[in-house]
Amino acid sequence: MLKIDMIQIGDQLPVREFTPDNIQLFLYDAALWNAHRIHYDYQYATEIEGYPGLVVPGPLMGDWLTQCAIEWAGDAGELVHANYSNRQYACVGEVLRSQGTVMSLSREKREVTLDINIVNAADDILAPGQFVIRFNKI
Amino acid sequence: MSLLTPELMANIGRASTPQKEVVTRRDIRKYAIATGQRLEKYISGDVASATFHVALFWDVVGMEELSPDGVSIDKLLPKFPLERAMAGGLDITYHRPIVPGDVLVATRTLSAIYEKQGSSGPLIFYEVDMEIKTEAGEPVISEKTTRILR
Repeated sequence: MLKIDMIQIGDQLPVREFTPDNIQLFLYDAALWNAHRIHYDYQYATEIEGYPGLVVPGPLMGDWLTQCAIEWAGDAGELVHANYSNRQYACVGEVLRSQGTVMSLSREKREVTLDINIVNAADDILAPGQFVIRFNKI
Repeated sequence: MSLLTPELMANIGRASTPQKEVVTRRDIRKYAIATGQRLEKYISGDVASATFHVALFWDVVGMEELSPDGVSIDKLLPKFPLERAMAGGLDITYHRPIVPGDVLVATRTLSAIYEKQGSSGPLIFYEVDMEIKTEAGEPVISEKTTRILR
């Protein structure tokens, strides 16, 4: 299990790849009750809104960021704070990935701050975020 | 000249009617699968994953309330002089996990409106705070949404 004493500033988080497809977008928007047509109506998204394809919902990328933070911490701690923004869109068919770094740590407060981004194949940052993990008392 | 008139700024502090929702294992599982969760505790629905509350408190509106692009109008917001929504962000503070059987109450408040000069013209920012508590008033999640209009 991860321990706060093992962590150094600058440590890299494992990279996770995301390949959202039509099925995931359908399930995600259904779970939300989100009918925004850019996510499922290809003709509308491309011809009316001018996107190159179906648009990956921004909050879904935000959720992926939290997953990266939580999976890194495992059972050693919990997510206490999350902050992210959606800077650029992505479309179905793109291969996206996470990149994460330990930015600061306080052994006194048992807290670690992570910077995690979702990036596309061109390394553009689509969704940057900061996350605080509080480690459990041993 | 500022786009932010006194009438527009008077909307700051406007709050929604508290919205009450019951958390079910089924909804937690659906959201976990839809977001690609890999941890068993989320997939089994024992506990909600980190952004489950986004789905739980998404407005359930009738089809007649959707605009032609499929988007629902947020009744908490005034009519802004800029209307094209750009990127936004979320800031979430977690107080305690969400589990099946929870009865949660969310209140949304329009907490800020401000203007900045962008490279291609003025931008309006607004912030909506959402406080999620149990029926007994125990804090569960505090969230701030920031949206940008151009």
